[in-house]
Amino acid sequence: MEYVNPLTGLRIDGRRPTEMRHLKAQIGVVSKADGSALFEMGNTRVIAAVYGPREVQNRGQQMNNNEALVRCEYSMANFSTGDRARKPKGDRRSTEISLVIRQTMEACILTKLMPRSQIDIFVQVLQADGGTRSACINAATLALADAGIPMRDIVTSCSAGYLCTMPLLDLNYAEDSAGGPDVTVGILAKMDKVTLLQMDAKLPLDTFETVMQLAIEGCKAIAQYIREIMLQNTKQLECRRGS
Amino acid sequence: MRDLHLSLNQTQRVRLQAALDQLESDASSTAAAAASVTVADTIPVNHEDNILKGHGTSDLDGQVVATLCGVVERVNKLVYVRALRSRYKPEVGDIIVGRVIEVAPKRWRLEINFSQDAVLMLSSMNLPDGIQRRRTAVDELNMRSIFIENDVICAEVRGFQHDGSLHLQARSQKYGKLEKGQLLTVPPYLVKRRKQHFHHLEQYDVDLILGCNGFVWVGQHVDTTTKESTLLSDEPSDKEETNNAVPPETRRNICRIANAIRLLSVIGLTLSVESVTETVEESVRANVQINEMLGAEFYVQTVEREAQRRASLVRKRR
Repeated sequence: MEYVNPLTGLRIDGRRPTEMRHLKAQIGVVSKADGSALFEMGNTRVIAAVYGPREVQNRGQQMNNNEALVRCEYSMANFSTGDRARKPKGDRRSTEISLVIRQTMEACILTKLMPRSQIDIFVQVLQADGGTRSACINAATLALADAGIPMRDIVTSCSAGYLCTMPLLDLNYAEDSAGGPDVTVGILAKMDKVTLLQMDAKLPLDTFETVMQLAIEGCKAIAQYIREIMLQNTKQLECRRGS
Repeated sequence: MRDLHLSLNQTQRVRLQAALDQLESDASSTAAAAASVTVADTIPVNHEDNILKGHGTSDLDGQVVATLCGVVERVNKLVYVRALRSRYKPEVGDIIVGRVIEVAPKRWRLEINFSQDAVLMLSSMNLPDGIQRRRTAVDELNMRSIFIENDVICAEVRGFQHDGSLHLQARSQKYGKLEKGQLLTVPPYLVKRRKQHFHHLEQYDVDLILGCNGFVWVGQHVDTTTKESTLLSDEPSDKEETNNAVPPETRRNICRIANAIRLLSVIGLTLSVESVTETVEESVRANVQINEMLGAEFYVQTVEREAQRRASLVRKRR
């Protein structure tokens, strides 16, 4: 199957190889949570809700008294994929992605400023069309910023692949299930540090460098968009509050 | 935005957008909006002065970088970022309202909108008989007769414990258990620190307590001067109080004031006695039903009124 049309150079959804899907974000969708965000990358839609910093619910889990405890839970809604998913949480993939998101966010939250407390991040996928991991991390960043939790930097994530001898940015579900390599990168946008790097399938090293560089550029573009959304939200809140 | 998820028709949408644009184009708000920063933004700072880096900032390669989304405030040599929607930031002497979640040995644990639960010691609480004496083991066993779980309490911040949690005290007559009313949760940044947090709205016979932690209490007025005298006498005052049900008119007033507070907090306007009473009076004048106060029309009207009020303030200043 040709994922990149040799005549026009377009992909199956009409994008160019280095073009990302349409991004859309909304802050404040869950009114009960301290911070929440809805993030869309093309057809992939993800909602993130952050509760915290609050009192540690389970004393046994409190490992370190000098830092906040960060918990993350990833789940997919039953209706998010084409076939109704049988077990939204607790299966291996969800546990792995929860761990990955937790480690990524823990690297950027300044946990030492909130000792003896707990920060819960709940991410749920409403519509899955490839790149759910990245969309979840982007949504979690927005939700944490909305909750007023201090962070080192904006964390963004994007995926890239290599099909038909071309590096492709932001794979959707059809391209992802083609069996080619899929590289997911998460970076701290301003400090330019990588916090997440995952790949499945195999790639020669020089091709890998090209694909990873493409994903990093995608991350930076998302970071710019996220920053605009956050700035707009802050200005709106401050204007309405008045003097 | 954090809306009530209202369905506005076309004219309401246009009016709302016009009013919001007018709020945003106000001279003072544009100045505040210009100082807004997001996470990892560099804060413009004159490097020759010895700038003190306050809350919400951090040092990155000699540059001052924000760690929160908020507004940059500068006070002499201190530069800090004031986050908007965050949890309560306590200070000693704040009046807060909290809910009891646990009765522990010699103390109560309260949930206030903070990163840890607050502690109210038995010794920081007045005993029912009002005598100042040392708390004995009998007092400790009778703690449940004073407060139990899910009670709403008003107290004052006494200080910080060694682990960062709050220490409260409720030694005055105006603090203590709150009954016969509603507890509302609003974002803490909408409640400013003022000299007075206890308000008695006479024409409605309602007490309004604006807790600094974002918990707001609206309830039937309790006369704190007579409270003291009934406590010292031997009458079964508890039974008497519970038998006196709240009259329907007071209940309606409580609901009206509570809805006004909900509306103001959803729009994002600062809460104060004046803004709440003005909203309530406006709803009475416009004959808005209590449940309609949270509807689309009154929402749009309130935003328009606020835009006009701010525009007239700006005009007066000029």
